[in-house]
Amino acid sequence: MTRKRTPRVVILVLGLMYGAVLFAGFCAPYDPVEQDRDHPFAPPTRFRLMDAEGRFHFRPFVYAWTSRAGIFAEYQADRARPLPLRVFVRGSEYKLLGLLACNRHLFGLDTPGRIALLGTDGYGRDQFSRLLWGGRISLLAGLIAATLSLSIGTLIGVASGYFGGLADDLLMRLAELFLAMPWLYLLFAVRAFLPLRISPSTAFLLLVVVIGTVGWARPARLVRGVVLSAKERTYVLAARGFGGSNLYVVRRHILPQTLGVLLTQGAILVPQYILAEVTLSFLGLGVGEPAPSWGNMLGALQRYQVLSSYWWMLAPGLALIPVFWGYHVLADFLHERLEFGR
Amino acid sequence: MQRTFQALLAVVLLLVASGVAQTTKSAPAKEELLTSPGEVGRYGGRLVVSHRAEAKTLNPVTAVDRPSREVLYRMHADLIHINRATQRTEPALAQSWTVSGDGRQYRLRLRRGIRFSDGQPFDADDVVFSFQVYLDEQVHSWQRDLLIAHGQAITVRKLDPYTVQINLAQPDAAAERLFDGVAILPKHLLEKPYQDGTLAQTWGVTTPPEQIVGLGPFRLKKYAPGQQITLGKNPYYWKADAKGNRLPYLDEITFLVVASEDAEIIRFQAGDTDIINRLSADNYALLAKDQQTRGYAVQDLGPGLEYNFLLFNMNDDTAGRLPEIARKQNWFREVKFRQAISAAIDRAGIIRLVYQGRATALWTHVTPGNKLWIDSRIPQPPQSQGRARELLQAAGFTWNQEGKLVDHNGQAVEFSILTSSSNNQRTQIANIIQQDLAKLGMQVSVVPLEFRAFVQRITQTHEYEAAVMGLVSGDADPNPEMSIWMSTGVTHLWNLSEKNPATPWESELDRLMQQQVVTLNYQARKKLYDRVQEIVAEQLPILCVASPNILVAGKKGLGNFRPAILDPYTLHNAEELFWKQK
Repeated sequence: MTRKRTPRVVILVLGLMYGAVLFAGFCAPYDPVEQDRDHPFAPPTRFRLMDAEGRFHFRPFVYAWTSRAGIFAEYQADRARPLPLRVFVRGSEYKLLGLLACNRHLFGLDTPGRIALLGTDGYGRDQFSRLLWGGRISLLAGLIAATLSLSIGTLIGVASGYFGGLADDLLMRLAELFLAMPWLYLLFAVRAFLPLRISPSTAFLLLVVVIGTVGWARPARLVRGVVLSAKERTYVLAARGFGGSNLYVVRRHILPQTLGVLLTQGAILVPQYILAEVTLSFLGLGVGEPAPSWGNMLGALQRYQVLSSYWWMLAPGLALIPVFWGYHVLADFLHERLEFGR
Repeated sequence: MQRTFQALLAVVLLLVASGVAQTTKSAPAKEELLTSPGEVGRYGGRLVVSHRAEAKTLNPVTAVDRPSREVLYRMHADLIHINRATQRTEPALAQSWTVSGDGRQYRLRLRRGIRFSDGQPFDADDVVFSFQVYLDEQVHSWQRDLLIAHGQAITVRKLDPYTVQINLAQPDAAAERLFDGVAILPKHLLEKPYQDGTLAQTWGVTTPPEQIVGLGPFRLKKYAPGQQITLGKNPYYWKADAKGNRLPYLDEITFLVVASEDAEIIRFQAGDTDIINRLSADNYALLAKDQQTRGYAVQDLGPGLEYNFLLFNMNDDTAGRLPEIARKQNWFREVKFRQAISAAIDRAGIIRLVYQGRATALWTHVTPGNKLWIDSRIPQPPQSQGRARELLQAAGFTWNQEGKLVDHNGQAVEFSILTSSSNNQRTQIANIIQQDLAKLGMQVSVVPLEFRAFVQRITQTHEYEAAVMGLVSGDADPNPEMSIWMSTGVTHLWNLSEKNPATPWESELDRLMQQQVVTLNYQARKKLYDRVQEIVAEQLPILCVASPNILVAGKKGLGNFRPAILDPYTLHNAEELFWKQK
């Protein structure tokens, strides 16, 4: 069997996406909640190199949008005013990685010009900035929730497989119970018990904890299977025969065996949990306005007119495609490399 | 000469005939049809309208839900009707009426010789019976609240088979308007259930169609639960067109149940329905784009009577029970705080973003759609963050180092605004206000709630801090507004629990509203109501924001289609509607 090559493109794409959302403050030209009420539903700005007189510019520029008088959300490019693209411009304040106060942005225009790479939403907020900030919530929620799920799953799976007997029976029946749980309704119920007004960070934390703790059963069962076979291996029996403690045996010989399964599971769970966050926020149960998340951004499409008139509002949905593709290729690769390679 | 004599003779004979008819009920009088002023149309065809929900009952006494009332409105008739186009009263089942000098006694001359939809004659007994039912406390009809002025019910007495006398305890400037929409019931069918005490259970959705009878242009034909209600033509209807053809023109009206507004749009675009009663601005834009090619027309009727506002919880039953809210109410009760917020709200932005320009900014509750009663001198200050800051400072608020607004105890000003998740526009308004207030250093969050939970918090538990909501006046007259501005009113939303007016301006509102009811002169009454508007704009018990335009759509080729800004916007003249060709 030929070994699969490392999917470099995928790792690059995912790396870029995570990098962009981690440094959202820097990469995004504007504050994601800032409303530009004169430009609702403005279409994406086009970069140009040739101006109206046919002259070539080395520095890309854009034309400002001017709204047509009396008509909602219809714009014309103002050809008299080319606005050159600038890099490292000063703009709104943000905290780099949540720590460093900063006001430089990767790109932008001289004020008062505004650039909208992916257009604007119904409040005139920059869709590109919201996509990055929203991605931070959606992508990180997936990652953190998956880590949480895997940790709980490993703990329970190892305990169940290693000790066997009554503990195994109890834990696995519990896992089945969790698998059978209609988790969407569970989340509805959990949200209903919480106070009305929770800050976006609390909402985020809550979402991650709920999604993460609900999903431990599958990894737990998989880990248990690996542990069951691993604990009968001769070297494990030898280690125990030499008087190795349970903790030592698990840490030294059993856990390393589960790594392949865990990483593969992780690559499968992350996109699943991203989707869970998107679903919940879409339904208004996740992170609330004005803070962006891909789910609540897509929520705007619940209005038929928005869905049928402004295609750029679909951007968060489109952004999900490379993420899903990336993770699935990655899971495939890990599965082959780490599990069959064993 | 001879011709004159013949004419005279005819008149005498007619008089004799009518005299005979009055004495014996069995021989009905000549039918006195009402001539409708609309364009003369042609018979036939079917109209399909969509409904958001299913009608829950077909009983006019118990129907409180909107779909039921929309259907019942077509099946029944009232004594005096408000013309939706002119906003003035006009004769309906009462052919004419006189008012006594003190405004307390009305004498109504009923239309003679007309029949219910089952062919049985109508007379004063039906009128007396209907009011007896509505005013009976045991029946719990919604009409009872309307017909009770100043704690005393009106009395209805039969003078002769075609005359009734109505007495009011006190003069009421808008007494004629009370009768609009109050259906006259058939005594011959409902007297027995009424006496048995089973009236509330009769005329449900499972009743056979032929047993449901009214005086309206249409009668029930078929009820398919969860799908549609079909009304057929009432062959005995009492209106005719200029050529004497009996109305209605249409054979059928079908009410389809379509769950959401977006679904309504799609069904309409597909040609499944013929009229959309009320459109949101974005769907209006959507339909306007292809109205030429698809054979329908959208209409913007201008501002209606709906006013959307920001409401602060000023209920005084929160102390102890809801300490967190009670603490924040110290801000909400401060008029300068409310004025500051009103100054900070970008009404122009709301009109543009939420309503795509198809709305009017409001600084008080009377909308420009109410041409007779609006006080155009109410100041309309534009948005001003500076003014808002001044007002907050004057009220003892300061800003801390991070730019957050804090009260005199050093507590940060944070509150939440509830909205109903089913109303997209109001949630958007709340999101814009949230952003405006963030600039003032207030931390505001918007919480969309499911509609019933939302209403329960506002009207019952009072467990909210602020809310964006809207009200629609049923009529252009100030009287339906009584329940909002009177301190004891059932929709006195900002402080529902108060027994006595909590503030001097609320007692002034009470006084003004009571006075305007009994003032018969329009000018004097207008002056009183102007003052009400002034107080609302100044004291801001509710912070009015915007009034959306009434937007409707209808298929081309529908004759006499004249939507109006009064509810029901499109089907108020259902009897006159006709298809120009089919």
